[in-house]
Amino acid sequence: MRHTISVLVENKFGALTRVAGLFSGRGYNIDTLNVAPTADATTSRMTIVTRGDDATLEQIVKQLNKLADIIKVVDFREGEYVDRELVLVKVSVDSNSRAEVMQITDIFRAKIVDVQPETLTIEVTGDEGKVEKFMELMKSFGILELTRTGKVALGRK
Amino acid sequence: MSKAIEIAETEKPAGKRVELGPTMSGSQILVVCLEREGVDTIFAYPGGASMEIHQALTRSRIRTVLPRHEQGGAFAADGYARACGKVGVCMATSGPGATNLVTGIADAYMDSVPLVAITGQVSQSMIGKGAFQETDIYGMTLPVVKHSYLVTDINEIPRIVQEAFHIARTGRPGPVLIDIPKNVQQARTQPVFPKEVRMRGYKPEQHASDLELNEIIGLIEKSERPVLYIGGGIITGEASRELRQFVEGTQIPVASTLMGCGAFPDTHALSLRWLGMHGAAFANWAVNGEYEPRKSPAEPMRQMAPGADLLLAFGVRFDDRVTGKVDKFCEHGTIVHVDIDPSEINKNKPANLPVVSDIKYALGRLCEMIRKRPIQNKFSAWHEQVARWKAKAPFGYVVTDEVMKSQHMRDHLKGQENEVVLPQMAIETLYEMTDGEAIITTGVGQHQMWTGQFYKFKHPRQLLTSAGLGAMGYGYPAALGAKVACPDKQVIDIDGDGSFLMNIQELATAHIEKIAAKAIILNNQHLGMVMQWEDRFYAGNRGHTYLGDPDNRKEIYPDYVAVCRSFNVQCERVMYKRDLRAAMQRMLEAQEPYVLDIVVPYTEHVLPFIPANRTVADMIWQA
Repeated sequence: MRHTISVLVENKFGALTRVAGLFSGRGYNIDTLNVAPTADATTSRMTIVTRGDDATLEQIVKQLNKLADIIKVVDFREGEYVDRELVLVKVSVDSNSRAEVMQITDIFRAKIVDVQPETLTIEVTGDEGKVEKFMELMKSFGILELTRTGKVALGRK
Repeated sequence: MSKAIEIAETEKPAGKRVELGPTMSGSQILVVCLEREGVDTIFAYPGGASMEIHQALTRSRIRTVLPRHEQGGAFAADGYARACGKVGVCMATSGPGATNLVTGIADAYMDSVPLVAITGQVSQSMIGKGAFQETDIYGMTLPVVKHSYLVTDINEIPRIVQEAFHIARTGRPGPVLIDIPKNVQQARTQPVFPKEVRMRGYKPEQHASDLELNEIIGLIEKSERPVLYIGGGIITGEASRELRQFVEGTQIPVASTLMGCGAFPDTHALSLRWLGMHGAAFANWAVNGEYEPRKSPAEPMRQMAPGADLLLAFGVRFDDRVTGKVDKFCEHGTIVHVDIDPSEINKNKPANLPVVSDIKYALGRLCEMIRKRPIQNKFSAWHEQVARWKAKAPFGYVVTDEVMKSQHMRDHLKGQENEVVLPQMAIETLYEMTDGEAIITTGVGQHQMWTGQFYKFKHPRQLLTSAGLGAMGYGYPAALGAKVACPDKQVIDIDGDGSFLMNIQELATAHIEKIAAKAIILNNQHLGMVMQWEDRFYAGNRGHTYLGDPDNRKEIYPDYVAVCRSFNVQCERVMYKRDLRAAMQRMLEAQEPYVLDIVVPYTEHVLPFIPANRTVADMIWQA
């Protein structure tokens, strides 16, 4: 099962390596990992999307909690959190397809951030379902390059 | 040097104070910080990137013990910490010095030993340049430390050292690494010593609720066949006295792990000694039940008598050397798991009642509860069953014809094979001659298991052994550390010839530093434990397990008496049983390091033996 874990860490040298090392050293999977400072410059928030059965997830949360630099770990339950992902995607276009791509972009409330004679770079933000759907539609035009932030999440309460 | 002026800190809330010291170098600040933590001994080998700190140490009241290899220093600090419970401190230079500490750090991590390892690092401007003796020791040790620091600012030294010691010694103890670049050691500043540790992400205190503890008592009242399964947590948690009160109040038999040996006296009527792969058959039966011995794991398990219906797992981690095939371990019992480390619960074996707690607190509170409302259950039928098991399969050994007629014994004993000393016999003799009061360290292998079997431990911190990591070469340097920590106690390393050779250079440390740690080498000229597995699972084919000289099998190789002589350490070789006691007496009476090289047969196997990932039904316990 996929889980979204939010981890508040001390914004210190090595904190990210410690978390990444914990996952590799104990054989846990990371689907996505996002990390950046919070409003308090001394802390960072990581959002980790991982997979595993209940026993594995229990261990992941406990092992994370054990690290001295980690302040708080939350394994979000379905519906308890909001999540977003930002994707930048460079799509191949020509005079025929450009309009169609722009139309789809519009429908998804995505944004064209760069226009070149043969490419469009589009910024799309949303939850997993929306982002996946948009990518699927773009595939038929030809995705040249892609970068995504990975999921970021915050608890509702 | 550590004279400090107290000043009020302006930014912090009123009442919070810090101390300001005089201006000094980073290395001097580090040493003052160690003094403030109560460090009396450091095991440190100098080099280019740590000599600044050694310079500061020459002007400190801290005793610096110079090991002859950094690994020896790390094991000595580990032995020191295990023997007295204080944080052990070792130090090495950058690069190879630091990497040589890694095995010792990993050992402390696996066995939860409070250790602070300090490493010099190349100057910050050189980091990442592939400088001479540069290694990323911070990165290299990440998986085997409780926490670690790379000091990038001289002003951080006081806070970091204070945190490092706090983390190493509290909660579930473990090793902490401090890596200090040379330029930080050489910089100068006026240090500010914080009065208390403040860490948002580290909360080691854990206390069971009365609700949970009452539930444990309820389970005891309902059970018919309870067993305590206790481990190193009792020793690190300083909970031996509470455990004993609890056991005597409840009359529950106690099976220990190797790490827990001494937490509960082996000589107590309710002791089941230790359990697991080479533990007592009766301890394994008490936990798992007795089964008809089967030839192959494909055969069904046929129970002869049931084992524990309630397993109180206190301060243990369900290690595979204890459980064997883990889903068959105490398969029919209710499992209560109390540990201070939440991540140990449900890690290897799901618990029916998981309790996160400091074990000293939990046991103390349980004792109060049963004092108010004594346990009604007497478990008499269970005690009778346990007594039958104890009588059926005690630890033992016999001098067989196979031993007497072996080429090995004929080569060495030359017609006096009936005077053969078995390794078990030597340990048993040592136990008798020391009244079971010595601090014992071991290497890793057969001799380590026999030590657990034939030396009965009465006190916590009496058996120091590399249990989790299983690091050969641990014994003698650990004995040095233990002797430094407890100079008034007899400290003896019971070692194998393979393990002893791995850190033999520490004989120099013993002699030069005048540390009177003793060693007995159970010398069978083989890597005994691997050889035992070869005999059992590889048709006796020797895969590089002979440690003697293949061109001259009749001579013991190497000649430990000659080796020790070159270090100015007394050593005698014991070949015959008739010489054993007198030689041991001389060793025990010596006021200096002393080594006995005891020649023993290699044909002995450690029994009982539950092969890896097998069950109690697969236990081999009769020779």
